Amino acid sequence: MKARELIYFDHNATTPLCTEARQAMLPFLDTAFGNPSSYHRLGRQARSDVEAGRRTIADIFGCRPTEVLFTSGGTEANNLALRGAASAMKDRGCHIITTAIEHHSVLKTCEALGRKGFNITFLPVDSKGVVDPQLVADAIRPDTILLSVMHANNETGAVQPVEEIGRIARQRGITFHSDAIQAFGKIAMGTVLDYADMVSVSAHKVYGPRGVGALLVRRGTSLSPIMTGGHHEHGLRPGTENMAAIAGFAAAAGQAVEKLAAEAARLAVLRDRFEEMLLQTIPNISINSCDAPRTPNTSSICFSGIESESVLLHLDLLGICASAGSACTTGDPEPSHVLRAMGLSSLQAQGAVRFSFGSTTTPEQIDSAAETLAGIVKKLRGVSSLCQN
Amino acid sequence: MGPVSTEKAKPEKLQHDSPQPTDEDAGVIFYNETVIEHFTNPRNVGEIEDADGFALVGDPSCGDQMKLWIKVEAGHIVDIKFKSFGCPGAIATSSMTTHLAMGMYLEDARALTDDDVVRALGGIPANKQHCSLLGINALLFAIKDYEQRSKNQP
Repeated sequence: MKARELIYFDHNATTPLCTEARQAMLPFLDTAFGNPSSYHRLGRQARSDVEAGRRTIADIFGCRPTEVLFTSGGTEANNLALRGAASAMKDRGCHIITTAIEHHSVLKTCEALGRKGFNITFLPVDSKGVVDPQLVADAIRPDTILLSVMHANNETGAVQPVEEIGRIARQRGITFHSDAIQAFGKIAMGTVLDYADMVSVSAHKVYGPRGVGALLVRRGTSLSPIMTGGHHEHGLRPGTENMAAIAGFAAAAGQAVEKLAAEAARLAVLRDRFEEMLLQTIPNISINSCDAPRTPNTSSICFSGIESESVLLHLDLLGICASAGSACTTGDPEPSHVLRAMGLSSLQAQGAVRFSFGSTTTPEQIDSAAETLAGIVKKLRGVSSLCQN
Repeated sequence: MGPVSTEKAKPEKLQHDSPQPTDEDAGVIFYNETVIEHFTNPRNVGEIEDADGFALVGDPSCGDQMKLWIKVEAGHIVDIKFKSFGCPGAIATSSMTTHLAMGMYLEDARALTDDDVVRALGGIPANKQHCSLLGINALLFAIKDYEQRSKNQP
């Protein structure tokens, strides 16, 4: 095993900034420093620029510019959606439905709402990591106000039946939020506000800058701000607009949508090739959510008998960046809540490594990483007390 | 001798509404060169078929497990081998434990502590401190097992 160029297989954690986004951001880090709320010419220009960014995002999702709220990222978008809607509708009921496989920014927010008096139902998923819409329908109570189901899972890539779930929610008059942070840019999403009332997206998963995202809010949705301040973002998200980030987000999002079909097809081929190589060269592995509809760039693999951090460190020492479960739980001794919800044992979940491919991924990297991985797994199994030599 | 579970100090979960940041909370794992060297080239990996003492410690569903074999001659450890399932911290501390214990008189080996292992490694990240108990517990139980066997077959 020798040193090599960096192989970045962690695009679900974050992505490198694309040239278009960088270019779009530069003026706002330089002379175009105006505050969109200012009266003077610099302010007016900034207002025009921020609204241009908003129109770009609105066009991509087929919604109105007034339905786009810029936030500091996906986590804030999810917090605003859940806390803001719960707060606005608390007189109508106190029951919230979500799933066991949501990102922590949804799960922990729901748990926090639970401590504030709301009743939370965490729906299970099947062994493929997919939520059954019938379970959603069955979980709805007279006092249910809010439903939150992610579009695609960050760890497994499993795509959830959000359109069907959205139809159920609309029939029953329940506000439906969907965290589409991992779906956006990876699968075609259509006009999301046709089936969801609120949708969260983030820039840095689609080659935009960190620190910016958006909550799309369908007109008429009950939502209260969760911070107090100025009248920014239609009074729902105070704070001076992050001009450079918004410009970068709009540019990156445009690129992502333009390239989506070709890039999704390219990555699916690479992902399949990677998995096929591993299955051929490494015994006792399993691919999580392989029978579910998946985002084309994500491969979550359980290596039996070894522990994921040990795999990650070996990979890292050889210049390959991957992730265990989700990056947010690194250092947390609890194995992936997503894989546990799919019925994997704690031991199985501890051996899970996520590889997420993207614009930088080449066939050569796939071949090289698969070969390296086979050597690492063999070596660790040779040390493992759970494996026979 | 049956499986023995190591006591694992579980860090207390932070309360959502009153975050008290600590060094351990950072979740950042950074191993020094010695730890990485023992992780990538662990010493004394394997099994001893005619071992004089054996221990199985840890619980794989909680993150780590270690098997340790010792061969004893004239009151000292003449051979020691291990196999471990776990994170880099667990593998490196297992390796260092066997490295330190190799050739030691039993009474000296029995006096080894997890601090000795951590010191020999030049330190390990705070949230990996518990790993060092794995190797030490395995060593102590393997010595105990050897003594039990010697008592039964004088």
